[in-house]
Amino acid sequence: MANKDVLVDVKDLQITFGEGKKKFVAVDDVNFQIYRGETFSLVGESGSGKTTIGRAIIRINPTTSGTITYEGKKINGKIDKALDREVIQKIQMIFQDPMASLNERAKVDYIISEGLYNFKLFKNEEDRYNKVQDALKEVGLLPEFASRFPHEFSGGQRQRIGIARALIMQPEFVIADEPISALDVSIRAQVLNLLNKLKKERNLTYLFIAHDLSVVRFISDRIAVIHKGRIVELADTEEIFAHPLHPYTQALLSAVPIPDPEIERKKKLIVYDSNMHDYSVDKPKWIEIKANHFIYANDKELAEYKTKL
Amino acid sequence: MERNKILSAKDIEITFSLRGRKLTAIRKCSLDLYEGETLAIVGESGSGKSVFTKSFIGMLDNNGSITGGSIEFEGVDIANYKKESQWLDIRGKKIAMVFQDPMTSLNPLKIIGEQIREVIELHQGIKGEESKRMAIEMLDKVGILDPERRYKQYPHEFSGGMRQRVVIAIAAACFPKILICDEPTTALDVTIQAQILDLIKNLQKEMGMTVIYITHDLGVVANVADRVAVMYAGEIVEVGTAEEIFYDARHPYTWALLSSLPQLGIKGEPLATIEGTPPNLYNNIEGDAFASRNTHALKIDFIENPPYFDVSPTHKAKTWLLDPRAPEYEIPKTIQKLREKTGGKS
Repeated sequence: MANKDVLVDVKDLQITFGEGKKKFVAVDDVNFQIYRGETFSLVGESGSGKTTIGRAIIRINPTTSGTITYEGKKINGKIDKALDREVIQKIQMIFQDPMASLNERAKVDYIISEGLYNFKLFKNEEDRYNKVQDALKEVGLLPEFASRFPHEFSGGQRQRIGIARALIMQPEFVIADEPISALDVSIRAQVLNLLNKLKKERNLTYLFIAHDLSVVRFISDRIAVIHKGRIVELADTEEIFAHPLHPYTQALLSAVPIPDPEIERKKKLIVYDSNMHDYSVDKPKWIEIKANHFIYANDKELAEYKTKL
Repeated sequence: MERNKILSAKDIEITFSLRGRKLTAIRKCSLDLYEGETLAIVGESGSGKSVFTKSFIGMLDNNGSITGGSIEFEGVDIANYKKESQWLDIRGKKIAMVFQDPMTSLNPLKIIGEQIREVIELHQGIKGEESKRMAIEMLDKVGILDPERRYKQYPHEFSGGMRQRVVIAIAAACFPKILICDEPTTALDVTIQAQILDLIKNLQKEMGMTVIYITHDLGVVANVADRVAVMYAGEIVEVGTAEEIFYDARHPYTWALLSSLPQLGIKGEPLATIEGTPPNLYNNIEGDAFASRNTHALKIDFIENPPYFDVSPTHKAKTWLLDPRAPEYEIPKTIQKLREKTGGKS
């Protein structure tokens, strides 16, 4: 990307749940930027806080400290109503489980146009009807599906309905939270192709949340690896695969199954233990170790990592 | 390598009756299982991979039954078993199963230790302190730290990966000859998945088990399998060693499965997809079940179901493309790339 136009900027983000003794820091000291037109992926295991970050950007989870800006405007915490509405419209989310994310009692027509109703984004009934029809066609479904209920569809079709629901709002930025992990193998490719096609046609920006690095490699421009609420490494996709520096990134990479028996049989599993870092005196920082390659490390580790580059 | 057949299924047909209609879930499946090997069965949801293996331990739903063929295990045709008491001798004892979701396959009201002990007492007749000791030993074996304390805990005190370890401990507690793992890692994280796969491998080596994996993740298959069977619409369409399936696949459905993998895809290019849906198994299927979705379909595919063609002594596929009379065809790009890896040995 020649011109790096920052769309989303997350600075020193901290998100906590509970108070007092029960306080739990889910996300801590997270910094990253998402450029317009790219697919940025957050990868980590369950409980690492990747979804929490996604939900914070879309204003579902309140943030404790730090700032999130969208097109230069702060969008976390208290913001005025007009901006709130703008953010809700421009940022849309695709959820993981298509079986749980659609209203079972509403027809597809209503599910897709709910956002239109809320924002009065149509001139008249005919206009709304046309918009729903177009959205369905765009995600590869038949227009007559509008009159059906979610239970009449398969997992892949339901995920497409979820995508249509997000797209009809004409978003600029889409957060896709594990959009393919609940789907069957043969359907995964279709949904990935659809997401890529839509990105090109509409010039969308994606935040892709996933736990499987191999899938992420296929679709993302940059990858951030997150562990226990902290981003430990961030770099261009191929850079991460060529020079994984942080031991957790290496552990994740070693765990990803590759559909090639020869590679798999030779593979050694790396297990990551966060106690391996000695951060008692030498405190770690978030540092750009080389152009566009960031890592969370202290001075001693940094010197060590540099030799590996 | 000396290959002893441990289980041999021949022309198995399984039908379910649903609302007065007959659904043929498995259509003449034959499969030999060799001692000590790891066989992976792959296919999309609804291809019958679970149903097929469930018939080995008499766990078909009440409305389903084996309507044809035989399953030979230890010299007995277990496909004829009708009574639950006959199955009790096999299920859990000689052939055990690990299920997909560790969140639902444990009893939430019972402590972990009791659930393992129960299997040992029922199948091995060992009681009292001895069975408790064995249960703790089993927990230790599946890599659960501090097994004595963990023995007294309830499933909700365990994480997903730990629960799956417990489920494996229960299945392996009676030293079964065959362990069937039905999508054992689908509900788990990649890092945990790798650990569980390693655990099953180690147990297999230690206890000399034969393992059947049911999965739709070809990455997992590449990691664990000696041999692979690909299922589609209730039939095994291709079977071979892992190398043969990954580097020299012959069936268009296997090609399609491999080509749709994002791991093998080329960035910026769309992934190959399988259009359409699997056939309705209520109906009689004429010709090859995959024909309507097959970009390589020949005219004959719509008329006659292809037989198996042998590619090598260990590799056979059910497609007319292997018939000597078949016209020339082009192999998908992804598959060509995979073949080149072996230096075109085939």
